[in-house]
Amino acid sequence: MGIDSLKRALWIYHVNTGSCNGCDIEIVASLTPRYDIERFGIKLVGSPRHADVLLVTGPVTRQMEPRLRRVYAQTPDPKVVIVVGNCGADGDVFHESYNLVGPIDQIIPVDVYVHGCPPRPEAIIDGVVKAWLKLEGATTKETT
Amino acid sequence: MIALLLGPIGVAIVGSVVGLFYLGVDRRLVARMQARVGPPLVQPFRDVGKLMMKESIIPNGALRWLFQFSPVMCVMGSATLLLYIPLFGQPALFEGSGDAILLIYLLTVPSIALVAGGFASSSPYATVGAQREMVLMIGYEFPLSVTVVSIAWRILQVTDANAFAFSSMAQYPIWDLVGPLGLVGTLLLLVSLISVTPGELGRIPFDLAEAETELAGGLLVEYSGRNLALFYLGNAIRGFAVLSLVVALFFPYGIAAGIGVTSTVLAVIIDGAFFLVKVLLVMFVAVALVRSAMARFKINQASVFYLMIMTMVSLVGLLLIWADMML
Repeated sequence: MGIDSLKRALWIYHVNTGSCNGCDIEIVASLTPRYDIERFGIKLVGSPRHADVLLVTGPVTRQMEPRLRRVYAQTPDPKVVIVVGNCGADGDVFHESYNLVGPIDQIIPVDVYVHGCPPRPEAIIDGVVKAWLKLEGATTKETT
Repeated sequence: MIALLLGPIGVAIVGSVVGLFYLGVDRRLVARMQARVGPPLVQPFRDVGKLMMKESIIPNGALRWLFQFSPVMCVMGSATLLLYIPLFGQPALFEGSGDAILLIYLLTVPSIALVAGGFASSSPYATVGAQREMVLMIGYEFPLSVTVVSIAWRILQVTDANAFAFSSMAQYPIWDLVGPLGLVGTLLLLVSLISVTPGELGRIPFDLAEAETELAGGLLVEYSGRNLALFYLGNAIRGFAVLSLVVALFFPYGIAAGIGVTSTVLAVIIDGAFFLVKVLLVMFVAVALVRSAMARFKINQASVFYLMIMTMVSLVGLLLIWADMML
């Protein structure tokens, strides 16, 4: 129970806000036998209501902005947002494009950035570990 | 009186622990068959623990009382199943007050709870999922009933006792009663019951009511936190109950008497352990193997599979057992 069961049973919901699918394929790759993140109890879920972690990819197109806000609001607390890929962090090759409203941290609060175009699965797993530490800090703050 | 009160609670606790453990074993087995390491065996316990400490959101459009009552009904309905099924080589707790016919009815309660919860959450995804679950329920009910009735009919030919009671099924195992033709028929019945198991549990290839990729979680799409944890737990208990039902119908054997154990306590322990092994084997064939070998059916394929193919298979099994008796 408590924080231990939270950090060892993270359920991930993947939000694509206009990504080129490069990062999305790397996320799926981390579920394959080679990386197998289910070892750590991490599981991809189909609904933000079930999620502990929002894995956001893409530079946030104008159409996606209200949807991203809603998905964030639909996720039950405590939750963590991980941005995967350069696009979500600063727009990358789409930087200052007319149809973008990103980066993601101007729309919802972001906890961890994973850089790369696309990042390797190792980097994504490392991002999840950083999210663990963040969750640990958040819950100890609440209890004290 | 105290036994009547504490018994069901004890059975529910044991059922949830064993059910969650089997869920972990299942995930591990599937992972190994996909050349992965897989999560630790205690993973389902961690999942439930985590969901318990999460926020439970009730959507604005939801029917509030039904939305919150359905998960409780799912857990209670699943735990009630265990009261009427022989567990750990012992007779069922309420043996004598309920038989296989009652159990067929009770098996629908957790599914109805899921359907009610799905409709109550007012999400279009959940509504589609609930409709699919209902169609599936209509589908697998028939082969399940035919299987139970065939076995009971054959037992009725050798005894005057209630043939639907699990005690009669344990006393006259179906394999010992039938000749060569009936053996084929019994095997067909076993196949149809094993095909019903994943449908009953909402696992691949019959997980179309939850269908993460197309329905975003289907029935459970709006559930979070404690309510989702209760559904998770209810599903685990129901899994254990359905697998125990397969064991009770087809493999009601103990080994303690066979290997010459005379001490009562030791015999109980050995038979209990043997029961767990039997459930594990049934789970491996009916759930884990099927789950890692197949993809999800469409709803029309699942209906045709149950209503046409498996119904035919179980009816042929019934005919063969009848012919075996008459010839």
